[in-house]
Amino acid sequence: MTEARSSTRPSVIDARGLSLTFTTADGPVHALSNVDLTIEKGDFVSFIGPSGCGKTTLLRVIADLERQTAGTITVNGTSPEKARLDRAYGYVFQAPALYPWRSIASNVALPLEIMGLPKAERLRRVQKNLALVNLAGFEKKFPWQLSGGMQQRASIARALAVEPDLLLMDEPFGALDEIVRDHLNEQLLQLWAKTEKTVVFVTHSIPEAVYLSTKIVVMSPRPGRIHDIVESDLPRGPRPLDIRETPEFLKIAHRVREGLRAGHSYAD
Amino acid sequence: MRTEAIAPLRAAHRPHAVSRWVAESAVPVLAVVGAILVVWMVATYVLNVTVQRDALDRAGTPYTAGELFLATYTMERPILPSPHQVAQELWKTTVGTPITSKRSLVYHGWITLSSTLVGFGIGTLLGIGLAVLIVHSRTLDKSLMPWIVSSQTIPILAIAPMIVVVANALGVTGLLPKAFISTYLSFFPVAVGMVTGLRSPDRLHLDLMRTYTATSSQVFWKLRLPAAVPFLFTSMKVGIAASLVGAIVAELPTGAVAGLGARLLAGSYYGQTVQIWSALFAAALMAAVLVAIVGMLDRIVRQRMGIRS
Repeated sequence: MTEARSSTRPSVIDARGLSLTFTTADGPVHALSNVDLTIEKGDFVSFIGPSGCGKTTLLRVIADLERQTAGTITVNGTSPEKARLDRAYGYVFQAPALYPWRSIASNVALPLEIMGLPKAERLRRVQKNLALVNLAGFEKKFPWQLSGGMQQRASIARALAVEPDLLLMDEPFGALDEIVRDHLNEQLLQLWAKTEKTVVFVTHSIPEAVYLSTKIVVMSPRPGRIHDIVESDLPRGPRPLDIRETPEFLKIAHRVREGLRAGHSYAD
Repeated sequence: MRTEAIAPLRAAHRPHAVSRWVAESAVPVLAVVGAILVVWMVATYVLNVTVQRDALDRAGTPYTAGELFLATYTMERPILPSPHQVAQELWKTTVGTPITSKRSLVYHGWITLSSTLVGFGIGTLLGIGLAVLIVHSRTLDKSLMPWIVSSQTIPILAIAPMIVVVANALGVTGLLPKAFISTYLSFFPVAVGMVTGLRSPDRLHLDLMRTYTATSSQVFWKLRLPAAVPFLFTSMKVGIAASLVGAIVAELPTGAVAGLGARLLAGSYYGQTVQIWSALFAAALMAAVLVAIVGMLDRIVRQRMGIRS
């Protein structure tokens, strides 16, 4: 558990003094205030915090779905807009957001159609990524025929099909039950270890954040800001689920919990 | 796993489909039809009895109450014809008359149907076109929408003759002037429904397109248009019924010599109530069939799109 930036890996995301203020009818809302953050290549970084702490907003700024009002941010060394135009990332939303009139295969192929890939390549990527999330054989099904967990897996396959080096995930398992969530967490970690992607993951679950991450960004609300950055010293790569009962795990979870509590107490 | 479970479940329901249809649809529908027939029969007697009594009195021959009762159901020009008179007239003028004859209801029905369909086709395309423009341009949204809404506040009976006169002056004759009136009535529900439909994709679906850097034409073809399909069919059902009304109304004040509207008009000139009622029923039947066809297309398209209905 150190906060020193000792790594020599190149940074994928670099934010300096990042702020975002929404103007609403009730006056300005400070969604993000003076955020400094570096995410290195191959990291699995979680943003954790209570609702209103700006964790989703920060992810949306990285994805160029929102624009900051002050400060600078680079994604892959360029502006978020340039990164979006380069299709540098895959984004997984809180809900699967599958198009109901498209089959699972056709949903996964959607970004590939938009990118204008030839049909054979589309087919290859659809097969490969559906297999990766254990959905081979469900190509012809429609979203309503799948359970919530399967739908979310399909949406992950869709994000992976773009073959991005950066995966942005906004509470992807928030709506699922504990058992399905555990299972998907394990699968996601295996996937990450296999593909060496950079993952930015938004969650409000402490065990989920600690289990998955190499780095945990603890955020606090009003105004949304970074309260603490916890570097995990759990082994990188696939981790067994029962790592969650080890003292090392609990130590990190404790520090995250303390951070959340402290961040909350002086905000209210 | 859920999916495998669903398929046999559906198949198992199929043998009961007929008996379920009888219980859920046929019985209530027949009950309502029966009730309507009873009310109709009673109304026929009540409305016709005075005229029929006068006629019998004038003839001078004695008659019983029973004879008077039966006579009210077989008058030549009743105030309200009885169901079987309408049914007979319908049968006679459809099956019993060659369809080339001016007395054939099929002939008149086809005249009205053809202008309904042409008008509906133009109206649907116009409605979709307007909706696409409105959804893609704020200026057009602000400037076109009030006109579209106010166009429907003008009584169609007032504007129909003018459309026909103007069209004739421009050298457009025959089917088209009548079809324009159908268009005038049917473009509105389609335009309003399609605007709603094209705007129906939620934030998430649109954000997804943004993360893919999709062009606005890709967003239109791959997201907005498929999302609008259910809205399109719902408004087309309203639109096709309105088109039929438009075609009939167009025949009324313009001195048309053929079509269901012309049949209605001729019937009222000569006090042929049986003819009026049978034309009315023919029009109602046609509307029901047209709406049912659109409904069927809706189901087929939804099934092919895989949308659960």
